[in-house]
Amino acid sequence: MIAEITRIRHKYLRHDKKFPHVWCPGCGIGIVLGSLIRAIDGLGLAKNDLVLASGIGCSGRLPAYVDFNTLHTTHGRALTFSTGIKLANPSLNVLTVMGDGDATAIGGNHFIHAARRNLNLTAIIINNQIYGMTGGQYSPTTPYGSNSTTSPYGHIEHAFSIADLAVTSGASYVARGTVYHVPALDKLISRGIEKEGFSVIEIMTNCHTQYGRRNEMSDPVTMMKWFKDHAVTTTRAKKMSPEELKGKFSIGVLTDIDKPSYTEEYQKIRDRAKGREVKS
Amino acid sequence: MARDQNGKTRLLQGNEAMVEGALAAGCRFFAGYPITPASEIAELMSVRLPMVDGTFIQMEDEIASMGVIVGASLAGVKSLTATSGPGFSLMQENLGFACVTEVPCVVINVMRGGASTGLPTSPAQGDVMQARWGSHGTHPIIVLSVSSVHDCFEITVHAFNLSEKYRIPVVILSDEVVAHTREAIVLPDRKKLEVVERIKPSMPPEWYQPYEDNSRGVPPMASFGDGYRHHVTGLVHDAHGHSTQRPEEIDAFQRRLFRKITNGFYEIQMTKSMLMEDAEVAVIAYGSVSRSALRGIRMARKKGVKAGLLHLVTLFPFPKMAVSGVLRQCRAVLVPEMNLGQISREVKRVNTSSKVEKINRIDGQLITPEEICERLREM
Repeated sequence: MIAEITRIRHKYLRHDKKFPHVWCPGCGIGIVLGSLIRAIDGLGLAKNDLVLASGIGCSGRLPAYVDFNTLHTTHGRALTFSTGIKLANPSLNVLTVMGDGDATAIGGNHFIHAARRNLNLTAIIINNQIYGMTGGQYSPTTPYGSNSTTSPYGHIEHAFSIADLAVTSGASYVARGTVYHVPALDKLISRGIEKEGFSVIEIMTNCHTQYGRRNEMSDPVTMMKWFKDHAVTTTRAKKMSPEELKGKFSIGVLTDIDKPSYTEEYQKIRDRAKGREVKS
Repeated sequence: MARDQNGKTRLLQGNEAMVEGALAAGCRFFAGYPITPASEIAELMSVRLPMVDGTFIQMEDEIASMGVIVGASLAGVKSLTATSGPGFSLMQENLGFACVTEVPCVVINVMRGGASTGLPTSPAQGDVMQARWGSHGTHPIIVLSVSSVHDCFEITVHAFNLSEKYRIPVVILSDEVVAHTREAIVLPDRKKLEVVERIKPSMPPEWYQPYEDNSRGVPPMASFGDGYRHHVTGLVHDAHGHSTQRPEEIDAFQRRLFRKITNGFYEIQMTKSMLMEDAEVAVIAYGSVSRSALRGIRMARKKGVKAGLLHLVTLFPFPKMAVSGVLRQCRAVLVPEMNLGQISREVKRVNTSSKVEKINRIDGQLITPEEICERLREM
């Protein structure tokens, strides 16, 4: 087991990158990164053909540490860059890592349209319910009533459900996992990468430093326990009443549908256009 | 339009000629968002690009459009977007990203009148300083201007060439009049057209440093998927592309971005002199105004005024050598602009003791040859 972890670490971490990483001790983003590279390794994807893009924030720093074609873009815009890369070279596997504020506040418009467009991209959204890097301000997924540095009297806005937003926006594959349910997370990410079309994996992640500390969960273990106690598999959730589901969230695959991806459709456009002559 | 490239005369709109120029320069990717008076560029690209295995996409906004073309360029495809003032404002964020990550791409801004929503169907030149300084922080950028349908073709080809050669975004400033005027144009033979491609790395991948300095200050650029796995970030980065906080690395990086443009200054600065041989007064103009200026100058000459024209194609880096020569030769210069004086100030900065006069219109109307002739006679 340890040998396997070491093998993967040596294969995928960038040796020229100056470690240590920027994340706090116990941060869930490291667990996400571990899951991500196990999924990639399991699928046997070539490093040269893999692009890992990110936006801004703690999650934005993730690509720098791994040996792929990596891109750290502007806040909220990662999916737009990924769209350009994928369209320009459809043979590349393009993965996009974002945070909750990144994907659903400043990048909300790009996110819903990427889902609607159904380009063959994989979006991994690390949802720690807070803006961590900037010091713990509330994000679109900060729960009602909780505390943050910009909601010192309690948060009065209601949280987005990122996965539900992705489903309604038209994504082909939507899943939710947590950093506590790691073997399941490996599989959810793996299926998302394999899926033809736009896939979204929302990952509930602990930020004990900025979120937990202000909401009576000041260490990673307490936050992990919270994920353990509040996560319900999609299969179990179907059998539960709305009362029983109150305060809980579902994990697993929420949507898996087949529809033509944008790249396939655009190739048809090219084939149609090529027969035409340019008119004078 | 454009059935072939064999010297056939065509009647094209400025916006259409820009599409022809982009395609001739090897552009195979366009992303944009509808906006007057630039939409024809997107419309025509949506017809033409799929014919040549290229890609057209209409995005959800201009922020996205700019991100998409930078992404496409990172994957190795020459890419373009086109917009007008309100959209250009939204593009500034990712335009700055392209400057700092040195990703070639071309942005056309068909200028319209006024600030904010302004005058969507009227010409103006209000975005000159925005093109240079619109994105935050210290960064270089190349800004070109077009004044005719022929320019729209030729300068668009130049824009792609400069962008590829210097790994820098190039902004082309057009305006509503240039964009929508139809003129006869003979498209040059594609085989005779100079088309520049970015330099790719030739060393083994393990030796590749994506932001390593060299004599030109322009590192070779690997595309994603070429086997040269590397990191691209908008953070200030070292030669490997990783973020840095070291003052000496930060300084070297930021200065190299400017040095590569300074190194290429003579090639980048493009101006056209007309009737300057014996000129005692001169008009310095760009965009559609330079055409009114040439006519105004001819009218003034008939009335005995020895006037000439310096037509600026490159606006930034500011062509100070050419301007300096004109300021030395002439007793006074006139800078007519459809703004309250953006380039006139740059002209003044070249030699603060020179006499620089201005004509400024901000009423959505063109500056007429008569206005220019009249002023030249008074100078």
